[in-house]
Amino acid sequence: MSSPVQTLPGRTADARLRKRYAAERRFRLAGLFAVALSAAFLAFLLVTMAWKGLSGFTHFEAAVTIDFPRSDLILDPAALKGPDAQDTVAGADLQSVLMQSAGAAYGDDAAELFGSAAARSLGRQLIADPDLLNRRATIWLPVGSAIDIAAKQDSDPASERLVARLEAKDSLRRTVNMDFLTQSDATDPSAVGVWGALKGSFLTIVVTILLAFPIGVLAAVYLEEFATRNRWTDAIEVSINNLAAVPSIIFGLLGLAVFLNFMHLPRSAPLVGGLTLALMTMPVIVIAGRNAIKSVPPSIRDAALGVGASKMQVVFHHVLPLALPGILTGTIIGMARALGETAPLLMIGMRAFIAAPPTGITDPATVLPVQIFLWSDEVDRGFVEKTSAAIIVLLLFMLLMNGLAIYLRNRFERRW
Amino acid sequence: MSLAIALAAVLAVAAAAGWLGYSRATRLRTARRASGGGRLHSLPVYHGAYAALWAALPALLLLALWAPVQSNLVDQAVLASPEGRALPQFDMQRDTILAEAREMARGDREAGFNPESSTLVPRFAEAQSRYSTVGGAVAILLALAAAAFALRRTSPQFRARTGVERWLMAVLVAASLIAILTTLGIVLSLMFESLRFFELVPPGEFLFGTQWSPQTALRADQAGSSGAFGSVPLFWGTIFIGAIIAMIVAIPLGLMSAIYLTQYAHPQVRAWMKPLLEILAGVPTVVYGYFAALTVAPAVRDLGLSLGITSASSESALAAGLVMGIMIIPFISSMSDDSIAAVPQAMRDGSLAMGATKSETIRKVVLPAALPGVVGGILLAVSRAIGETMIVVMAAGLAANLTANPFASVTTVTTQIVQLLTGDQEFESAKTLAAFALGLALFLITLVLNLIALGVVRRYREAYE
Repeated sequence: MSSPVQTLPGRTADARLRKRYAAERRFRLAGLFAVALSAAFLAFLLVTMAWKGLSGFTHFEAAVTIDFPRSDLILDPAALKGPDAQDTVAGADLQSVLMQSAGAAYGDDAAELFGSAAARSLGRQLIADPDLLNRRATIWLPVGSAIDIAAKQDSDPASERLVARLEAKDSLRRTVNMDFLTQSDATDPSAVGVWGALKGSFLTIVVTILLAFPIGVLAAVYLEEFATRNRWTDAIEVSINNLAAVPSIIFGLLGLAVFLNFMHLPRSAPLVGGLTLALMTMPVIVIAGRNAIKSVPPSIRDAALGVGASKMQVVFHHVLPLALPGILTGTIIGMARALGETAPLLMIGMRAFIAAPPTGITDPATVLPVQIFLWSDEVDRGFVEKTSAAIIVLLLFMLLMNGLAIYLRNRFERRW
Repeated sequence: MSLAIALAAVLAVAAAAGWLGYSRATRLRTARRASGGGRLHSLPVYHGAYAALWAALPALLLLALWAPVQSNLVDQAVLASPEGRALPQFDMQRDTILAEAREMARGDREAGFNPESSTLVPRFAEAQSRYSTVGGAVAILLALAAAAFALRRTSPQFRARTGVERWLMAVLVAASLIAILTTLGIVLSLMFESLRFFELVPPGEFLFGTQWSPQTALRADQAGSSGAFGSVPLFWGTIFIGAIIAMIVAIPLGLMSAIYLTQYAHPQVRAWMKPLLEILAGVPTVVYGYFAALTVAPAVRDLGLSLGITSASSESALAAGLVMGIMIIPFISSMSDDSIAAVPQAMRDGSLAMGATKSETIRKVVLPAALPGVVGGILLAVSRAIGETMIVVMAAGLAANLTANPFASVTTVTTQIVQLLTGDQEFESAKTLAAFALGLALFLITLVLNLIALGVVRRYREAYE
């Protein structure tokens, strides 16, 4: 490098240029590869879940003929018309009637054909039509988990043989599993549903929104519009920014120590879950709120101040309504995160087996992500598709909320 | 239940005070209008709001402070009663009985496991009704007194709006103080329980011990002497999964995605891919965990076996780390995206004008300029991966191994916290308290990472603005 401008012979220059262009292409391809791989991961994840889960929304039903008058069932048709019909049915031993009838119809090895889902379904049909008890009737009932799996995929030879026999008699059909959306947790995988968990999630999120949204917005207003920079506001800012990045399980430990052990609030209740998640999502709302408030141009404030509004009126009558779409977008994203959160809720005891949907915010409840976690721990093979199906329900809700946030952002967000 | 009634009463008093203030001010206004005496300083609405705020806020604050105090007073009253003194002195057992009695008194439970708890129920109900009557009555009296004070001030000259705004300001300050209170609550509760843990297990052993098997400390008097609370393997497992394997996956993919999407991609591709990556970020971690346990872990084990690694575990560090890396990709990608976009266009143009190719510009000009932001983003990502719980709970193992073999099973801090706290809850044992010590360590590590990252990102952002 003797002179600042170096001229190279033509061929060397061409070679170097070719090398540089090749490097350019390689770099670009690497980028494309990274994007494609990330997208492929997403697609693989979603397809796997859909593949395993979609069958969870359907189940197989088998036809069984029950001769009610000659069965051991002691049930008074009149009692089924009364208000205590549910209790009456629950008290009757439908399970053994089903075992006898199934055994009689399809051979002794078919006695275990039906599970608790079938007994529940039979009870419902009896309440709907008490006259069934006076005659011999053929009824379609959901089969037990082992047979359901055998009908859907490979399973043990005994169940496969039974399925083949049922299919030969044309007494097996596939229907939509409405119970999955209307029932709660159970020990028998054929009888489980997500309704209880959905209701628990709903109650928890309502508590979270009611607490986190007002507090978050007010804190954002204070920090952005009123706070003078001093040691206190710096401390607030640092703690909010840090809280937004604190692992969620730490909030669970806080909830356990403060809400359960110090305040003695009821365990595994949506109230405590909502409080814990509110502390977790509040910083997210504050940060989104501050950005939205910051983006409202100062001319709006000046104009309002100019016509004699007080500082409070400027903020609450003019700035906040204009910033609201941005705040809402951030809030919905925070809520979606809270909806999918599992770890802190495990800490406050929301992992118990709860078979009845909660009726209030102090009842023991579980939420959808925790339900997924609990089912994923079950050894019974029938829970695999139920877990994936519950994941599909959860992902649909997330997609709905994120879609709403994106719609709000595109529809209402203004560029000043 | 009585406190709920007091709450309703306070709100009713506030509503009544608001309505009274409003109607008084309206009457004043019509009277002034009739006599031609000019206008009120504030609109009647503000007079009403002023009275309502005075009636509601102090009383509500009192109730909020009273509720936790009351529950402790009730406990003490019950323990001081003859039945309470008869309870076993051993803390853990006593607490269980108390908790059962409390739930029975509240009506959440029909019968307790311990026969003593049912004898305590009437004591509980009695103490509860006594203290909540006191607290509720004081709150209602406070509301009435404050309402009377505020209503007496209604006059044409009274600056009700300023008063309302002063109250609003107090509410705003209180709302932002909750962030500090939360941080303080986290630090204090973790510290308090950790200190009790360190009374049982020396800190040196916790920090530098390499043996972790909390299960051996079944009896309380045995804790500490068993030497089973060395947390080094847990932190190694956490770093191995979260900071090494996950980052090896996430950093190249996330960074290259960001570069491609900001520099090369057609705007329409970018408009589609960015939300898609955001979806990847929005997938709940329990879904990733299930995916890892169900699909990735068996595949990784089979891969390990086919490579001749006989120790390949179905709860391998590699499976958990891989899936965690996938989860982190969008996080790194969006942070890098922001910092690359913040590099001034002039720098890019200058480099291109000198004849550099696009990739040379990116590698030699844009990336060095964006580096602090990218590093800050990576630090935040590491902090998130370290604190991630569900993936490792579902896909990583429980055996505390000090190994660098990615096909072996390691355990992490968060897995152990969940494991320690979701067994049968005996709050006093070293096993339970260890979870809080682990939580404190985790909080401090992520705090340091977050502070460094936020500082780096902020200083860098200021440099180009």
